Amino acid sequence: MKQTISVLVENQAGVLNRITGLFSRRAFNIESLAVGVTDDPAVSRITIIVDSGNSVVEQVEKQLNKLIEVIKVRTLEESTMIGRELILLKVNANHKTRQDIMTICEIMGAKVSDISPNSMTLELSDTPDRIETFESLVRPFSILEVVRTGVIALQKGGGKI
Amino acid sequence: MKVRATQAILECLLEQDVDTVFGYPGGTILNLYDELYRYQDKIKHILTAHEQGAAHAADGYARSTGKVGVCFATSGPGATNLTTGIATAYMDSSPVVFITCNVSEELLGKDSFQEVDITGIAMPITKATYLVRDPQTIPDIMRQAFAVAATGRPGPVLIDFLKNVTALNQTIDYEFIHWSENRNTSSIRRLAVSHGLKAPEPDLGDVEKLVEMIGQAQRPLLICGGGVVRGRAHEEFRALAERLDAPVAITVMGGGGFPGGHPLTTGMIGMHGSQASNVACNECDLLIAVGCRFSDRVALQPDTFASQAKIVQIDIDRSEIDKNVLTDHHIIGSAKRVLALLNERVPQYSHPEWKERILSLKEERQEGTGDRLTPSQILTAIHKAAPSGAIVSTDVGQHQMWSIQHFHFDYPGQLLTSGGFGTMGFGLGAAIGAQVGNPDKVVIHATGDGCFRMNCHELATVQYYHLPIITVVFNNGTLGMVRQWQHLIYKEHYSQTTLDRGPDFVKLAQAYGLKGRRVTNRAEMEQALQEALSCGCGYVIDCQVDIDEMVRPMVPGGAHITDFLLK
Repeated sequence: MKQTISVLVENQAGVLNRITGLFSRRAFNIESLAVGVTDDPAVSRITIIVDSGNSVVEQVEKQLNKLIEVIKVRTLEESTMIGRELILLKVNANHKTRQDIMTICEIMGAKVSDISPNSMTLELSDTPDRIETFESLVRPFSILEVVRTGVIALQKGGGKI
Repeated sequence: MKVRATQAILECLLEQDVDTVFGYPGGTILNLYDELYRYQDKIKHILTAHEQGAAHAADGYARSTGKVGVCFATSGPGATNLTTGIATAYMDSSPVVFITCNVSEELLGKDSFQEVDITGIAMPITKATYLVRDPQTIPDIMRQAFAVAATGRPGPVLIDFLKNVTALNQTIDYEFIHWSENRNTSSIRRLAVSHGLKAPEPDLGDVEKLVEMIGQAQRPLLICGGGVVRGRAHEEFRALAERLDAPVAITVMGGGGFPGGHPLTTGMIGMHGSQASNVACNECDLLIAVGCRFSDRVALQPDTFASQAKIVQIDIDRSEIDKNVLTDHHIIGSAKRVLALLNERVPQYSHPEWKERILSLKEERQEGTGDRLTPSQILTAIHKAAPSGAIVSTDVGQHQMWSIQHFHFDYPGQLLTSGGFGTMGFGLGAAIGAQVGNPDKVVIHATGDGCFRMNCHELATVQYYHLPIITVVFNNGTLGMVRQWQHLIYKEHYSQTTLDRGPDFVKLAQAYGLKGRRVTNRAEMEQALQEALSCGCGYVIDCQVDIDEMVRPMVPGGAHITDFLLK
């Protein structure tokens, strides 16, 4: 079962290393991980997706809590969070296929970020499920390269961790 | 007030009431040692033969005194030589602050001479590591490091100063704040909010629930773990055990947490646990583990561990709950506090039948007669000759198990042993730290010939500082514990475990300016001990033990706790 762990950490060198080290040391597998600074420049937020049972996630959470650089840890509930991921996808495109790709983009709400005579780079920010759908729709046109950011997430409503 | 950066580092040690450090100098830490020269009347430095010895000594000092140990080393190999010592301290939750210096900022990351990323290396074996690049942060980081090492579940911390940070022309603003007051400085206050630097206050509801469970139990068992020792909760633990009238099993790390000679104790539990302890664990209906993490040497088979019992875990570290064994109830808090709360609420119970069932399984140890010196005879002789409060440090293997099974440890810090990491070579370093921290006590270092060979160069330290440590070598000419496994499980393939080689340990002791004697029977052992106890200097007793002696009982790893391979 995929679970989303949101971690507030001190924004300093080595913190990410410490956190990923903790995961590998205890053989917890990370599905995706996204890091960025928060409104407070001294604090970063790390969003980690793990595909594990509840007991593993509970142990991860407890171990993270022990790290000095970690300020707060929370496992976010699927139903009460907003999770988004950004994908950049470069696909083969020529004058024959360009319009079909544009139609998919329009339906999915994706943008065309770059274009050349034989390629297009598409950009979509959405839930991981819809990103998968988008990718599968574009796949028949022959994908050249893909990059995904990993999910970032916040709780719904006014609450914060 | 403006002071030199190095001065601030040493003043911060004085803030923590540190008067002794262990270490070894080198190129990048020259500035700090120069400052130490000026502080030599306030801070005593013990120079060991090897950084690993210094690390174990600082650890042994911390374990035996209850204070935070401090250890210095230089960059590169100096720092990496500490790592086994750091990991040993980490696994056994011993509070030590390790201070290393690294190359200067302009050389950092260029694979400079003796450069290594020690904060990276030490990350998984410390509670925290700090790389200090700005001298102004020294007081904050030093105070934080000590607070982190000593509070909650204790453990080692490493601070790595860049050499330019310690430059003697580097000055910073500094004001002396004694540790009892510096918890209010901003960085520690912040840390206290996010990490609860004070031990968590136990939940009274959780305590009440346990009181109720105790009331329902017919066959309660207590396990005394390392948390009782680290938390110096031995008096509270004993009071609870007597109130419950329950048998007490002791883990390796719990040695000293409950009096070894107390009528309620069943001795060690686990792989080499006594029959009484292991059967009690299997038959009890309530198991209360205090400061015990159910390691694989205790809960050999987690699924069947104490299968008839409700399992209750009392621990200061939340992440230990349900990590290895699933529990029915837990209380988070320091052993001392939780036990005190329980003692206020638990009435006097009596479990005569249950006690009789378990305590009747306790066996008198066979001394062994005949000419050959047996481990049991050695330990009995030590037990008789040494004063009752003598500190015992051990290395790892058969002699370690024999010593822990045989001796009665009565107070926390009396037994110094590498329980979690199982570090061969720990014993002599730890004994040095213990003797420095407890100059009035007798310190016995029990070791095997394999272990002793790993760090015996520290005899130079023993000699130089006139430490009257008595080293007792259980010399069976083999890596006994490994041989025991080879004998029982690997069809007697004694692969690379026979140590039929030098040195002559008596001559070795003499070469270091110490005394020594080889003993082959009980009478010689008794004489040697008398000589050792009266000579006032380091003494090595080379005890000739049979190569096929084994540690009994034994339950193999992963097996059910009462499936004894050896009784």
